[in-house]
Amino acid sequence: MRNLLHELIFPVIAVLAAFLIGGLIVLAIGDNPIEVYWLLISSAFSFHDALGNFTFDNWGYTLFYATPLIFTGLAVALAFKCGLLNIGAEGQLYVGAFAAAWVGITFAKLPGVLLIPMAMAAAILAGAAWGAIPGVLKARFGSHEVINTIMLNFIAVGLLSYLTQRHYKAAGDPIMQTVEIAEQSHIARFHTFLAPFGIDFPQRIPLNFAFLLAILACVGVYFFLWRTKFGYEIRAVGSNPSAAEYGGINVRRQIVLAMALSGALAGMVGINEVLGYRHRYYHDFSANYGFTGIAVALLGRNHPLGIVLAAILFGALIRGGLFVDIFTDHVSKDLVQVLQAIIILFVATELLFRRLLIWRKA
Amino acid sequence: MLRTIFNFTLIASTIRLSTPLILAALGGLYSERGGVINIALEGIMLAGAFTAASVTVFSHNPWIGVLAAMAAGTLVALVHGLATIKYRADQVVSGTAINILFLGVPALLSGALFDSTGATPQLPREQVLPDFTVFASERSPLLASVFNQKPLVYLALLAVPATWYLLRKTRFGLRLRAVGENPEAADTAGVSVIKMRFTGVLISGALAALGGAYLSIGQNSLFTRNMTAGRGFIALAALIFGKWDPVGAFLACVLFGFAEAVAIRMQGTVNIPNQFIQLIPYVLTMVVLAGLIRRATPPRSLGVPYVKE
Repeated sequence: MRNLLHELIFPVIAVLAAFLIGGLIVLAIGDNPIEVYWLLISSAFSFHDALGNFTFDNWGYTLFYATPLIFTGLAVALAFKCGLLNIGAEGQLYVGAFAAAWVGITFAKLPGVLLIPMAMAAAILAGAAWGAIPGVLKARFGSHEVINTIMLNFIAVGLLSYLTQRHYKAAGDPIMQTVEIAEQSHIARFHTFLAPFGIDFPQRIPLNFAFLLAILACVGVYFFLWRTKFGYEIRAVGSNPSAAEYGGINVRRQIVLAMALSGALAGMVGINEVLGYRHRYYHDFSANYGFTGIAVALLGRNHPLGIVLAAILFGALIRGGLFVDIFTDHVSKDLVQVLQAIIILFVATELLFRRLLIWRKA
Repeated sequence: MLRTIFNFTLIASTIRLSTPLILAALGGLYSERGGVINIALEGIMLAGAFTAASVTVFSHNPWIGVLAAMAAGTLVALVHGLATIKYRADQVVSGTAINILFLGVPALLSGALFDSTGATPQLPREQVLPDFTVFASERSPLLASVFNQKPLVYLALLAVPATWYLLRKTRFGLRLRAVGENPEAADTAGVSVIKMRFTGVLISGALAALGGAYLSIGQNSLFTRNMTAGRGFIALAALIFGKWDPVGAFLACVLFGFAEAVAIRMQGTVNIPNQFIQLIPYVLTMVVLAGLIRRATPPRSLGVPYVKE
């Protein structure tokens, strides 16, 4: 229990401190921070709309936005457990999404029972392959994964923009997006799951099967890391590579494995985006999900449970930000990005708060 | 066909496009030779670009805008320095946070100041940085256009030998390199590792912000959302491709600027997809980092926080 409290205290302090600074910015801009924050929180978590009617919209969208962040948070955390910083989740998720769309377009004749698993597998494998590249480069040549993942983000976006523009766009479509995937490759939304129970969850809310997959992925990552030999070896490499090597662990193989799995998790964002939501690949769809994944992993202390909570927080910020954009005088939804960044800075500078706390005690 | 692409206009355009890269890459060099990874170059450039444009809107003087941009860049770098040097935060994480921060801050502030989250107001011609001619030619206006550039272009070109000299021939440079390679030894020799690293990071902020200012009030006449479009990362790539050396980084920036200039010129004329040319810097950097052409070895203590024993 003490341990849990200890794990929670710095993330909570970081979030509160970020909101405090964000509040000062809001004040400086000329809006009332309490009103802005109330709007942000209520439009993300309330079961009632502005007129007091019952609604699933707020929670529905919050969890929908949290879904990609759970995947990218897990991706960053898994790599981190191996001592690797994967800032390439952004590229990996784009590649995964495109692969899912490619299958949904190319094999449009196949029935859904085949097409859906194939499209999901494509997203996972493509993400894994894109993630494995910096893993192999690190294992084989020792080149730093941070630089390579940054470069691969740009390369992914460039290649996919070419493929979309030249080969998969509908003729005359001014938007950079592919044609639609086959109808039978759409995955079910929560409307379908909840209707048998007499719950009327609107079909238009895009919360879908991918959210359940994300929760499943959390459980999977937990078991993999803490209950399997491979997971143990990944963590051993992360905590001390030379000791792991000395203990007979194939460090290079674990690095490649961790990066591939990390990429696979990021690629799963494509399942939510393409099969559950837009039903096509839309270039530029990611609202920085890959980078927010770093914030999610840090705030969730690289633990699946923490990651779910952190992803819901950031999902809520995305949802609430849209309302802040519309219903305040001066503040725009960009406040959310600022809050996110400050949270990362504060979580990363735990030492600052440790010193402040110790100083208080002394 | 080739003559329509390769001419003086291309050279002039290469110089223009290389300038922000050179300024940011040299900035990154001061930080990284001192041992602090600076992937925040992108965010700092955005901060500089936005500050330069909005301060010029109010002051009507682009030079005040340039100075304000440098101050803003230094301030952002100070945050990076405090987080990573003083509080030993992960340098990549702190840099990422700063990059995210400056996707948001300019939009938030320009929304409040100018009622538009997309861009700052367009500056009139006379409030943009003026062109400065070092060589005039009546006979060939195209040749002359090569030597008619914004002052920040010449500044960037001068900063290359200056940085080389500072790094190689002065006590400051020796100390900066020492804290990046072997901080323990430098400390034992009486060099303040913390102070040197802060100096490197702050210089990097000022230079990268200049690169941003060049984009908003030199090449353009306003700040637009995410106008750096990854140039901070290309500068980082150039720094690595140039093996963390001022001359090497400069040549890499010119190469990458040239690639961009060719890509722009080729639009619609040649059937090689534009996207592929734009990917050249990223691919080359990965190849060099892997040691497939010639190995690029980072400063030995790059990324490692220094804890005094």
